[in-house]
Amino acid sequence: MIETVASVGLPVGEVLEIKKNRIVPEYGDEKVWKRISIVTGIHGDELEGQYVCFELLRRIAAQQDKLSGIVDVYPAMNPLGIDSITRGVPAFDLDMNRLFPGDINGNMTEYLAAKIVEDITGSDLCVDIHASNIYLTEIPQIRINELHKDTLVPLAMKANVDFIWVHGASTVLESTLAYSLNSRDVPTLVVEMGVGMRITKTYCDQMVDGIFSLMKELGIWQGDVPEPRKPIISEDEEDVCFLNAATSGIFVQQVKHWERLKKGDMVGQIIDPLNGKVLDDVVSPVNGILFTIREYPVVDAGSLLGRLLREEILDR
Amino acid sequence: MEKKVLYEIKALYRDDLRVMGYEFGEGEETLCILGSLRGNEVQQLYVCSQLVKRFTELEKQGRIHAGHKILIIPTANPYSVNIKKRFWPTDNTDINRMFPGYDLGETTQRIAAGIFDQIKNYKYGIQFTSFYMPGNFEPHVRMMKTGFEDVEMAKRFGMPYVVIRETRPYDTTTLNYNWQIWETHAFSIYTTTTESIDKESAQMAVRSILTFLAKEGVVDYKGHDGYLSQVVIDTDMVPVRTKVSGIFEPKVKVGEEVVKGQVMAETIDPYEGNVTEVLTAPVDGMVFFAHNEPLTYANTAVFKLVIREE
Repeated sequence: MIETVASVGLPVGEVLEIKKNRIVPEYGDEKVWKRISIVTGIHGDELEGQYVCFELLRRIAAQQDKLSGIVDVYPAMNPLGIDSITRGVPAFDLDMNRLFPGDINGNMTEYLAAKIVEDITGSDLCVDIHASNIYLTEIPQIRINELHKDTLVPLAMKANVDFIWVHGASTVLESTLAYSLNSRDVPTLVVEMGVGMRITKTYCDQMVDGIFSLMKELGIWQGDVPEPRKPIISEDEEDVCFLNAATSGIFVQQVKHWERLKKGDMVGQIIDPLNGKVLDDVVSPVNGILFTIREYPVVDAGSLLGRLLREEILDR
Repeated sequence: MEKKVLYEIKALYRDDLRVMGYEFGEGEETLCILGSLRGNEVQQLYVCSQLVKRFTELEKQGRIHAGHKILIIPTANPYSVNIKKRFWPTDNTDINRMFPGYDLGETTQRIAAGIFDQIKNYKYGIQFTSFYMPGNFEPHVRMMKTGFEDVEMAKRFGMPYVVIRETRPYDTTTLNYNWQIWETHAFSIYTTTTESIDKESAQMAVRSILTFLAKEGVVDYKGHDGYLSQVVIDTDMVPVRTKVSGIFEPKVKVGEEVVKGQVMAETIDPYEGNVTEVLTAPVDGMVFFAHNEPLTYANTAVFKLVIREE
């Protein structure tokens, strides 16, 4: 059933509506039903979650008799952003994921954020699906604030991702949806996968399998689910090595994503098309595996080109 | 005056990014003034240009006291100013969310680090900044409540108002917050506008800074002492919110006194021209902030009032 989570009139003949689709079992005792919320589209340029929502609903509809709990699907938290190919909230140039928990009496964006938190609160689990940005491709992973790791890591293990990254607490992250929900006792997993403005079907299918696995874990799904992948878990910031551009130019990658590299292996080149010269050979600074790779070729000095997980953690 | 390149990035096709600094006097790092960090902060850039002009005159006249160095950075982000984009051109990040920066990090982290490294030891730090919502302000000095703020010192600018506000999670990455953590006396100064030039409030800001420096024994300046600043807590201001979206037609301006019940604005149906909402003053007060765009969204605080009690 399609429900409206929040609604605001825009200046000229248009209403902004945030919608969700609630799927409930065909029979059973609703008092014992658990509830999972699948959220995506907070950033309007991240589209991987669109296919996840579609495929999840399609598979549930195909075996609706196996459903034993509530599934809420929120495909577009920032509908103006998605429909206008804008990462933030259009007209405000604000990152929606820096507005939570919002304010029910606040400005339009704060009001929307507050309504979203209000609606999701009460879920037994929330999965917030992101797709990196237009610059970087990410291997399917779950990022967890260390403050919430005891609750979230065991759940993330069931999510069929390749990597779980437990990162340090940061004051800035307190304004994210995930932080607000975790603080309200709604365990919330933040998924990062793929790249902005694209749909990577293999990653999306992998994530849908993961959501079914989580639903099975919570008792929301009675059908068969594939055994989830065993993810690499990183809890030490030293596990991750960042690769930043030494100079401005055009980055051309020469490796595959999720490839094992030896220290000194070529990752790509930064080139100068005007002079026909190579400005920098980008090489791996460590032995490891590349879990983030630069997708958008134009780089400034400092632009992130990739992230590697050190070899030591892979063999741990 | 010495003109310096404080930070530089080589670009692929654009001219190199050069963050320019103007140094006056020699000795202790006394005052750093930073103008625009965002591409639409044109008034902030303009005020700094007027300050550079004024300090050049003062220096020639020997009116900057010995032992004090003053640094003015009109903009740390000419790349965004030149293409009329608020945030960083390639990745839309905000330099004022990157402090204290990281010299091996991403581009805007590097810019923040490159600048902060050179300005973190100044005794006083002044930033001309802007609000995320479009609107005009009554000129004021704004401070975050970090525990390091010095309200009495802020009053020495002689601006009409000193506004104190609570810190929010994102504040920890702003320049002002980090200056305070590094024990710089940090102040944000708001003049009336952002994307257009307002000479009157710009001149008030120039006079206020000279007044402050004269009181601190840094320059020889005998101007108007300014106002006995009223200290206002941000949350004590009374917002006036729209209930509907539409065309916004203000009836009052920033700085005006209003009485309870006075009509402050109307919203108009954009198709049919009817008045859809009449906004009235909920209290007697002074218009401290006023929305300045022709359209408004519902739930928007289009005015903020400082309460007046007779």
